[in-house]
Amino acid sequence: MDDLTTGTVVIFVLGVLLGFEVIGKVPATLHTPLMSATNAIHGVVLAGAIAMAVTADDPLGYALVGVAGFFAAMNVTGGYVVTDRMLEMFRPAGDRAPRREEAPR
Amino acid sequence: MNAVVQLAYLAAAVCFVTGLHLMNSPPTARFGNRVSAAGMAVAVAATLVLVVRDGGPSGAGWLTLAIGVLAGSVAGVHSGRRTPTTAMPQLVSLFNAVGGGAAVLVGAHDLLDSPGVAVRVPAVLDVLIGGVTFSGSLIAAGKLHGVVPGRPIRLPGGSVPVFLLAAAGLGVGGAVAADRYTAWVLLALAGLALAIGVLGVLPIGGADMPVVVSLLNACTGTAVALVGFVLDNTVLVVAGALVGASGGILTKLMADAMNRSIPDIVLGGYGTGDGTTPQVTGAAAVRAIEADDAAILLAYARKVMIVPGYGLAAAQAQHAARELADLLAGRGIEVGYAIHPVAGRMPGHMNVLLAEANVPYEQMRDLDQANAELPRADVALVVGANDVVNPAARRPGNPVSGMPILDVDRAAHVIVIKRSMGSGYAGIDNELFTDPRTAMLFADARAGLGRLTAAVKVLVG
Repeated sequence: MDDLTTGTVVIFVLGVLLGFEVIGKVPATLHTPLMSATNAIHGVVLAGAIAMAVTADDPLGYALVGVAGFFAAMNVTGGYVVTDRMLEMFRPAGDRAPRREEAPR
Repeated sequence: MNAVVQLAYLAAAVCFVTGLHLMNSPPTARFGNRVSAAGMAVAVAATLVLVVRDGGPSGAGWLTLAIGVLAGSVAGVHSGRRTPTTAMPQLVSLFNAVGGGAAVLVGAHDLLDSPGVAVRVPAVLDVLIGGVTFSGSLIAAGKLHGVVPGRPIRLPGGSVPVFLLAAAGLGVGGAVAADRYTAWVLLALAGLALAIGVLGVLPIGGADMPVVVSLLNACTGTAVALVGFVLDNTVLVVAGALVGASGGILTKLMADAMNRSIPDIVLGGYGTGDGTTPQVTGAAAVRAIEADDAAILLAYARKVMIVPGYGLAAAQAQHAARELADLLAGRGIEVGYAIHPVAGRMPGHMNVLLAEANVPYEQMRDLDQANAELPRADVALVVGANDVVNPAARRPGNPVSGMPILDVDRAAHVIVIKRSMGSGYAGIDNELFTDPRTAMLFADARAGLGRLTAAVKVLVG
């Protein structure tokens, strides 16, 4: 195992420990938005799809690049948009548009 | 130049961690998600700089990448914006599926280039794990959406076929890792992984899907980290590791809240997912109530606790609940929503649904707050909830034993809006329904709440 790979393993292990610590403190009401937020973060596989385009040089390779790009872009954009929509609903009451169409009797 | 890209990757990783940290509390959560998105933009931009410096893809490579990314972005943004809130859990599962699919394709593509062993091993694991999450998440999304039956689909031989497929997958994976393979062997490897995902999730009941989606989300994170090893890309490694670990913790928290163990869930066969199994053994002692009589109880109460459950989510009755609550609050009645951690389809999903209906965050009570207030409530209005309010959970020896419940039976009066006497996911009778203080209003959640609101309006002018 060369130095580069050892360094990557160190990064991986520290990333795992960080993930454990960051999540332990989130309240239950935010669990669904949180799952969606972490779902968006693994959309970083888009960077992998971009890197993959460099080595593609035949029709099969191009097809794989196109589909991987489609999948990864859908994961990352959709993930952030839907998480933002969920969290938009947690605004403090004062920030909201008036919510009653008619005054309560 | 490489140092600049690596520092940009570090900045992106800091944004991901900071963003998740800001999601600790509702007021900063949305900002946290945006910090994370900014980190994502930096990571993607830095990667583009990196590939351009390395000579970049060919013209055809740029073209297919651009077409794919553009189409994927349109699909992601459109579905993310347009999907109704009640369908968000299956949408998250779908996004998880495509993330796993992308990880498989990147790993498989690298394996076609006859790489060294330090790439082959993580790439094989990536194809296996990513393939399982791709097909497994699609089945989970189908179950949540109702296009795949929610009940556990039992396979001949129980878990044996899945274990055999897993063993075959590891065998084929070993051959690839040992550099004895062709493109057809890679196809077989991916096919085995897809089959494991399908056959692994089909036997699991719809009630356990949230935990399954969370588990598969963690698996996708791990697959993405493995892609990072394949491409020697640090931002993929750190982001994948972060998601793998956080997803694992989240899965454990969800399983604990439902009083289920992760191995039990994965082995499957629990719950119908439909909640309509007719079990009417206690029906004789049940007291039915009409909307007019229930309205009197509500209109003259001082404190009302609304207890929303899966039935409210399924009937999309969150707006109807808020309308009734506003009407009561307008009469000076103290109204709160008692929200069980696993009410709805996912932990926290009920909060999202109620927030969408403009229920003030201050009216939502979590389990502990609700149980402190329920003994002082004049009326507890249970809307489509069952197992989470079953007092049997306090006794040992039944499927819900030990599950944390809302102490609805400690309120002075209990009104339950429910379509029938059908049992919940656990498949057992609920003695709350036969309690002398409980009255049953048999209706669909939305229709029942609408009738109550109309009756209260008539009553108080």
